[in-house]
Amino acid sequence: MRIALFVTCLMDQFRPDAAEATVSVLEHCGCEVVFDPRQTCCGQPAFNAGLHQEAIPVCRGAVRLLDEQITRGGCDAIVTPSGSCAAMFRHAIGLLDGEDAAAAKRVSEATYELSEFLVRRLQRIDVGASWPGRVAWHDACHGLRELGIKREPRQLLEAVDGLELVESATCERCCGFGGTFSVNLPGVSVGMADDKIDELETLGVDAIVSGDASCLMQLEGRLEARGSRIRGVHLAEILAARESVTGNGS
Amino acid sequence: MTAPGSESSGAGSIHHLHANQFDDLVPRALANVELRGALAKATNTIRNRRAIALEGIDDLQELRSRAKAIKTEALAHLDEHLETFERHATANGIKVHWAADAETARSIVLDIARMNKVELAVKAKSMVSEEIGLNDALIDAGVVPVETDLGEWIVQLAEEPPSHILAPAIHKRRREIRDLLARVLDRPMPDDAAGLTEVARNELRERFAQADLGISGANFLVAETGSFLLIENEGNIRLTTSLPRIHVAVAGIEKIVARLEDLGPLVRIITRSATGQPISCYQTLVTGPKTSLEDDGPEEIHLILLDNGRSKLLEDDLTAETLRCIRCSACLNVCPVYRQIGGHAYGSVYPGPIGAIFTPLIAGMHAASQLPGASSLCGACREVCPVDIDIPGVLLHLRHRAAEGDRSTGDRPMSDPRTMEKNRAMRRGFRLWRWAMGSSRRFQMFGAIGRLLATVVSRVPSLARHAGPLAGWTDGRAVPRSPGRSFRSGAVARRLRLEEQNPRR
Repeated sequence: MRIALFVTCLMDQFRPDAAEATVSVLEHCGCEVVFDPRQTCCGQPAFNAGLHQEAIPVCRGAVRLLDEQITRGGCDAIVTPSGSCAAMFRHAIGLLDGEDAAAAKRVSEATYELSEFLVRRLQRIDVGASWPGRVAWHDACHGLRELGIKREPRQLLEAVDGLELVESATCERCCGFGGTFSVNLPGVSVGMADDKIDELETLGVDAIVSGDASCLMQLEGRLEARGSRIRGVHLAEILAARESVTGNGS
Repeated sequence: MTAPGSESSGAGSIHHLHANQFDDLVPRALANVELRGALAKATNTIRNRRAIALEGIDDLQELRSRAKAIKTEALAHLDEHLETFERHATANGIKVHWAADAETARSIVLDIARMNKVELAVKAKSMVSEEIGLNDALIDAGVVPVETDLGEWIVQLAEEPPSHILAPAIHKRRREIRDLLARVLDRPMPDDAAGLTEVARNELRERFAQADLGISGANFLVAETGSFLLIENEGNIRLTTSLPRIHVAVAGIEKIVARLEDLGPLVRIITRSATGQPISCYQTLVTGPKTSLEDDGPEEIHLILLDNGRSKLLEDDLTAETLRCIRCSACLNVCPVYRQIGGHAYGSVYPGPIGAIFTPLIAGMHAASQLPGASSLCGACREVCPVDIDIPGVLLHLRHRAAEGDRSTGDRPMSDPRTMEKNRAMRRGFRLWRWAMGSSRRFQMFGAIGRLLATVVSRVPSLARHAGPLAGWTDGRAVPRSPGRSFRSGAVARRLRLEEQNPRR
């Protein structure tokens, strides 16, 4: 299966290891991955700020490029390691006009968030990963509530050798990022992160795992400021890991 | 709307609206540790109760679609239903009044009070009454209004607006309530909730007996029977609507439903969504004043149908969704932002997610342009909404209107200079962003600058103050660690660039 990777602007510039891990997981599952370096951003930050004039050209650029990959570039699907950006392509249908709106519809139908792609499309749960540690999963809002992703990442994590997944009571609660929200209302945003982190500390986890680099930037930023020992890890980084598991892990 | 007596109205108004002070109110709320503790505890309790109550429903999705369909249908034929309601209610002996705006509604109530020489009015909790500022108007006219809902009575004594649609005193802890009552009533108070409730009960019971006028809202108006339903737990609404000689109910026009049987699904879902109860303790269906055969009940009933900017929302399918709201407040209880700042910070009697859309829609963007920004767009509100209002969708729509103005209505989005400057700065930032995102080379260059900035600021944190959006970020958060390279500059990305080397077809 030939996959067009939409790596997302944030992961491209600030989490290249997770981007490479995404490629590695997809290739491990037998996919051929294509990356078009003309891609930049899906347009969501401006769209969520209400600035359509700024969002439209950026969103249109991403849509046209990805549409070309699925209609003429021989790609069977688009995979992105972010539920948030995947959800943006749905909004693009209403944001763009005419032929671009039709392209946005094709793109949004062909786009999968990583865990969604692995479990629903490829029907793969065990991707041969091993990662020793105790983790909790953070359901990123757009993946959870716009794409309906809930079981998929948990199934993938449970199949990872050496990994112990604990459920957090606040797993579905927003981390407080929300794009410009995080800098416009920093106190509220940090308070929202604290709500989650307070509970994570009681769970004794080594890491909080999420499918969105933006949530991780928010949670890690706050964890570090609090001096916590908990790390933020992207799902792809765990699924690509082949770390030795000592002791009597599963 | 073409109903008799109501003119096609423009924007409405909300009493004591100070939503434009949002930026000042938020830090004040965040600094209030007591408030945040009270909110976390109370919202956790209610949201858990709601979740448990809904687990017991097999056909939850069906019930929600039914509730949504009932409200959608009612709003699609709002004018017809309102006229049907008026005809039937009038036949039942209820005097129906039309109020295009808040001022008209207030003067109708005051006229009734004046004509009947009312000195004391008991009040059932009503958001519409708060919206039109009825209490202040009554006081100015020499009528003493006494709130009889426990929470509403507490905030009235504290001279505060309610901070939650359903639980007006949710922001207060028991200690605070005890001290308040001790001060106002000038005697020692018990410590426990039951004891304090007993005090309230005794204080209020006398008022019911003395009042000539009872004022309530209404949860639903039934067109086919001309009756209206009130839902409550404390019994104070039953007393307010049956003991005083005159009963005046004020209701937004969107409260209409077509049929009596529509109440079934709506009551099933509203009590579960609101308080997590399968049914509330009291449901009072008012269908007319007391007849010659009855001993109890008011001699006169007035029902005021309030527009106050609502019919304008019907012009657009998305904003019309807002009128489906049945005021259950489930969205407040799950909102992570409301949980941090509480209701008063919104500066509107309608707080939380529904308030963040309803307030600017009713009062105009110029009066509340910051409220649509009071959300991370997490979607928890839409998830719990029993009538499936796309609150995040409306928030996005309003942000767009705030940013670009609404040329169709000429609604000037911003009024205060600070908000205007903030918006201008944001637009400047996003213009630069658009340019940066317009080509792969510029994107790569800006990414490199971003990583460099992150490195510098992580070493010299005091520099963050001058680093634009980073200034807000570093308020309590570490800057992201810079990986020192981008994905696209690495070997893996270069290997994947098949498009350039080996284009297919």
